[in-house]
Amino acid sequence: MKKVVSLALAAVMAASMLAGCGGEKPAANSSATEKASAQAGGVIKVGNSGPLTNDYAMYGKAVEYGLKLGFEEINAKGGLQYEVRVEDDEGDSEMAVNSFNTLMDWGMQIMAGPTTSGCAVTIGSNCAEDHVFMLTPSGSDPNIIATGDNVFQVAFTDPNQGLVTADYISMNYKDSKIGLIYESSNPYSVGVRDTFVSEAKTKGLNVVCEESYTSDNKADLSTQVTKCQAAGCDLVFMPIYSVEGAQILTYANKIGYEPLFVGCDGLDGILAVEGFDPKLAEGVLLLTPFDATADDERVQEFVKNYTEKFGVVPNQFAADAYDAAYIIDQACQAAGVTADMDYQQVCDKVVEQMLTMTYSGITGETMTWQADGAVSKLPKAVKVENGVYVTAD
Amino acid sequence: MMKRFFDCVNRNRSAAMTYGLVIVFYIVMQTLASQRMLTRSVTGYLVPICVYIVLAVSLNLVVGISGELSLGHAGFMGVGAFAGIVAAACLRSFIPNDFLLLLAALVVGGILAGFAGLLIGIPVLRLRGDYLAIVTLAFGEILKNIVGNLYIGLDAKGLHFALNAEGIHMDPAGKMILSGALGATGIQKLSTFFMGFLLILFTLFVVLNLINSKEGRAIKAVRDNYIAAESVGINTTAFRMKAFVVSAFLAGMAGALYGLNYSAVAASKFGFTTSIDILVFVVLGGMGNILGSVISAAVLYVIPEAMRGLADYRMILYAVVLIVVMLCTWSPAVKNRIAMVTEKFTSKFRRKEAACHE
Repeated sequence: MKKVVSLALAAVMAASMLAGCGGEKPAANSSATEKASAQAGGVIKVGNSGPLTNDYAMYGKAVEYGLKLGFEEINAKGGLQYEVRVEDDEGDSEMAVNSFNTLMDWGMQIMAGPTTSGCAVTIGSNCAEDHVFMLTPSGSDPNIIATGDNVFQVAFTDPNQGLVTADYISMNYKDSKIGLIYESSNPYSVGVRDTFVSEAKTKGLNVVCEESYTSDNKADLSTQVTKCQAAGCDLVFMPIYSVEGAQILTYANKIGYEPLFVGCDGLDGILAVEGFDPKLAEGVLLLTPFDATADDERVQEFVKNYTEKFGVVPNQFAADAYDAAYIIDQACQAAGVTADMDYQQVCDKVVEQMLTMTYSGITGETMTWQADGAVSKLPKAVKVENGVYVTAD
Repeated sequence: MMKRFFDCVNRNRSAAMTYGLVIVFYIVMQTLASQRMLTRSVTGYLVPICVYIVLAVSLNLVVGISGELSLGHAGFMGVGAFAGIVAAACLRSFIPNDFLLLLAALVVGGILAGFAGLLIGIPVLRLRGDYLAIVTLAFGEILKNIVGNLYIGLDAKGLHFALNAEGIHMDPAGKMILSGALGATGIQKLSTFFMGFLLILFTLFVVLNLINSKEGRAIKAVRDNYIAAESVGINTTAFRMKAFVVSAFLAGMAGALYGLNYSAVAASKFGFTTSIDILVFVVLGGMGNILGSVISAAVLYVIPEAMRGLADYRMILYAVVLIVVMLCTWSPAVKNRIAMVTEKFTSKFRRKEAACHE
């Protein structure tokens, strides 16, 4: 009898837990924007999900900070008021769906996320089904925008990056022997690599060595570097993230191997990697849409405010998110979106604007969007000199 | 007749309770859903909870009943997931009914995972104890890496397989189902809570019947005393293999249900961490305790989600919850302490009650 009672109690507990956890208050993660919203009455609720814990937390945090800074500035100007809520998805699609559902329960009207490509592909189809406007700041997989007409991105697509890099190399370093190191278990890295290799073939570039690693065996990348050295590569292209990039640079320095290292936007942030001597990154070439040292007035102001508020120099993820905030605001204002509209109405109006508007921000001048949701803007080539980025020609 | 029935019920009281709990849970959730009393997030948890319950119960068959520590369970889940996704994409034109299509995908996922379990079992089950644990871990990673490097496309001519993106020679009209590390995208979601419920019942039916059969007793005998079991003529490897393959088969079915619940699935999900998560469900629920696995999988899946309000602290608290539950259920010292405290309270209460009566 006792067993039956305890069992029934356990069942009730499990059920009540399930029923209860959905209805929690949105208090915890929302930012200071709440204060502003109280004065203005209605707020437009913007959600984001990203890896706030786990391996890619530095990117998730950067996007969170960028969005919060952007919307805080917009709220301070008066006009439309926004409230941001960021949920942790650990960079895992399954958790991203849970985050998305939590945000929808909260009353989200616009999705300004997810941060990572893998999650964005999954959530893109959820947004398309429910007809929620989605603008991912940093998701760059072309599969994301393929999920629906209401799904847009701020960052370049991966193939686009591979294409631009191959073009850039063929213009400036046509005769070099190229080595390639990429992460075969990472969609971003593979996406860039695939188009880079096919474009390199058509441009007649000489890729002599191609090495890969997976997320499970990236603790030691010395073999890959040594192989590139043995193949005599004088240019090593690394479409990877900065932590592994730092490892490669450190090892190359140790064995006295000095090719030209070229990276994409994932390598942005290399100067801030913990335990990495930034001197080793001297001469590294990056193709990134954002350059924190650019003379542009808006960039300078963004970098100053961001550094003051969060204590770190923003990387490209933060800049993309900051732009996403302003893009959303510009589209909402032009479309006449108000806080009392439901997410489907907001979606219809904002999508219409996205296709016709032009936006100039810190990650690119005169950005426009095509009907498929891809952004067209130009990357900037930057070089690390004396510990800072300078614009390369 | 009646007496025999009741005898049977008594003997299988725990089994009946397990079925009962699952059915009650399903009815409660379904009623709440039909009254529109469930939030989106809760509705979203239902299918993954079913998946993890099936995974935990099937792993319990290996870890609890057969007594072998397997650390590669997520690998079978991954094989099942991608097999199910490919099967669903191929069979779409033949099976118009979504439910039947999902069922077919589950069966295909289960069979392929079971086959993988058989292949892996042949070398692995020659080992025991820690060695077996390490080798299953390795095979789990191998399975993950194989599916993570596989490119599969579908066009009018049929399926195309390759190990890199350039190797696929497909009609331009064809569609990529699985593209290596990028995983499967554009999956048509088929999974339903009802199918999850049926799968749990099926799993319980298979596992509980296996445990209480002649084979099950042989498997337990091997677990409890290998040499004694061998000496009475039990073919130890064959019986352990049976448990291992059945477990892989069920994990594959759960994987297919999981894969068809999301629009995109990548191979990286089916790694070591997921295997450990499932093992945690089993260990906390109790080795060999099927009902425990069901409850702990459901509760432990929901805890981190329920703690979203705590923002960055939730994963730390999740770990704390695990430690506390572990201590309360398995440490004799803590159990005694708890028993003492409750005894004190109840005795006080009893005294008061006695005083009232006087």
